[in-house]
Amino acid sequence: MSRPEAHTATGAPAVERVTLRPPRLPSWSVAALAVGSLALGIAIGLIGGFESRVQWGLIAAVVFVATTFWLSAAIEGRRFATDRMAAILVWACFIVAVLPLASLLWETVARGLPGVDWYFLTHSMNGVLSWQDGGGIYHAILGTVQQVLLASLIALPLGLLTAVYLVEYGRGRLAKAITFFVDVMTGIPSIVAGLFILSLWIMMLDFGYSGFAGAMALAILMMPIVVRSTEEMLKLVPNELREASLAMGVPKWRTILKVVLPTAIGGITTGVMLALARIAGETAPIILLVFGNNMINGNAFEGAQSSLPLYIYEQWGYGTEAAYDRAWAAALVLIAFVMILNLAARGIARWKAPKTGR
Amino acid sequence: MAKRIDVQGLTAYYGSHKAIEGITLQVEPRSVTAFIGPSGCGKSTFLRTLNRMHEVTPGGRVEGRVLLDEEDLYGPGVDPVSVRRTVGMVFQRPNPFPTMSIYDNVAAGLKLNGIKYRKSELDDIVEKNLRGANLWNEVKDRLNKPGSGLSGGQQQRLCIARATAVEPEVLLMDEPCSALDPISTLAIEDLIDKMKAQFTIVIVTHNMQQAARVSDRTAFFNLSAIGEPGRLIEVDGTEKIFSNPSVQATEDYISGRFG
Repeated sequence: MSRPEAHTATGAPAVERVTLRPPRLPSWSVAALAVGSLALGIAIGLIGGFESRVQWGLIAAVVFVATTFWLSAAIEGRRFATDRMAAILVWACFIVAVLPLASLLWETVARGLPGVDWYFLTHSMNGVLSWQDGGGIYHAILGTVQQVLLASLIALPLGLLTAVYLVEYGRGRLAKAITFFVDVMTGIPSIVAGLFILSLWIMMLDFGYSGFAGAMALAILMMPIVVRSTEEMLKLVPNELREASLAMGVPKWRTILKVVLPTAIGGITTGVMLALARIAGETAPIILLVFGNNMINGNAFEGAQSSLPLYIYEQWGYGTEAAYDRAWAAALVLIAFVMILNLAARGIARWKAPKTGR
Repeated sequence: MAKRIDVQGLTAYYGSHKAIEGITLQVEPRSVTAFIGPSGCGKSTFLRTLNRMHEVTPGGRVEGRVLLDEEDLYGPGVDPVSVRRTVGMVFQRPNPFPTMSIYDNVAAGLKLNGIKYRKSELDDIVEKNLRGANLWNEVKDRLNKPGSGLSGGQQQRLCIARATAVEPEVLLMDEPCSALDPISTLAIEDLIDKMKAQFTIVIVTHNMQQAARVSDRTAFFNLSAIGEPGRLIEVDGTEKIFSNPSVQATEDYISGRFG
């Protein structure tokens, strides 16, 4: 609002009193406006004979935004009205972002939970026909765990050491080239990683389908994520700590091992766990390289295995009622698996974070 | 213990930028030498050349000689890691290792170097150095708490204890009190006075009174213009520098008529 330039008789500008308690809308007004606009939206919808509830909702939303802005501008002033608009925008974005996630979780739990029991977790699909009830995912869990473990065994040392090189040693062209190729690798579609291993390992070198072949493709997908997240975490370690250690006559490699890495370990663990969660849900390379198997195969280096995402895909493909139920139940188990990994990551990050308390 | 430093014609670069040029200066053993001068004149750079920390900065390189009791730090075959074990350093901002306890911070230099000590031996070293840093009484009941929980002044004394625990011969201090309040500053100045019986101490400071209080000799650095390399203007007994310096620029700087 522009301030009136009133002048007194002496010519000096009059000091306008700035109030420290500007008029505000009462706190219940937002709820009242929301209910009011909803009622108005429904009323207009019913009178106008609109079929779609979405239209009712849109009318209500427009009414809500318009009345809030008008009321707020009239009573509270321009600045508060703008503030309320920004708040509505942020909330709307939040709801739009959370809705699909919540509905996905709800759907999976509702459809999958009845199928998850001890029998389901401890038996394979050996001898179970697609339309029959029963069967389980033990073989798929075993396959997923083995493949993810093998992939981490390959990707973690390579990824961590690459990140250490890039942050602590890398200078000049080689470091730039590595950073560039890591960025490129981040964008590799999983099916391409699968095809690469298929042509190299199975077609050229003549090995058979195995969990290990799948793990190699998963490692390709995992490595750039590990490098990137570890790199960012190492960059966050203050240079003063490195210098403090070096100034005591500690060699550089020990400084990295005993000072830099422990300081960043919380963040690194989180990054690694997120990478694990990402590859645990990969399907494409598994179809190409692990092939799928209804029986338990505990040897990841020999013969076809199964895995949770592949199992879900297969069961969905059968199209029978019993198979649909199994697919939903397996999907729930997979989500739970990934979620447990994430929670574990947060726990470790909190546990290992540099302490600040007295 | 305690060695003499003899710098001869030292020039240091950051990449192609010449930061300091042609510095020649002697530091006597068991004495405190203060470096004063305006910001950007290369005091800290020069200090870091004395234990080869300058080359840790990308592009950092040095010409000239730094003799530590007749041995050139930049001579062929000299291992920078061994140099830093002999010449310790305390930094401007207290930087205890955040993942370690107070005890482990003091023992860090020994543990990180991979030498195995008996527990009782290590206990003695930690206690001795914490006492040496006038910190023992304040932390003896909480040795296993993280070092970052201490106050700024305590953290800085912890860093001094950490630096002395590896038994260096020379201790370099880069504005060790600039982040501290007057009481903590006093504690550290007392400590410097006590430690000079054992170490050769070089301290960079912006605080003129501090230089006058703690040092035996004072070196004044200056640069002729921004972008020009810093030079040593004069070095002399602290009393002389602060009462009757031989160069006009020194007097101007000390009396605040600088620039």
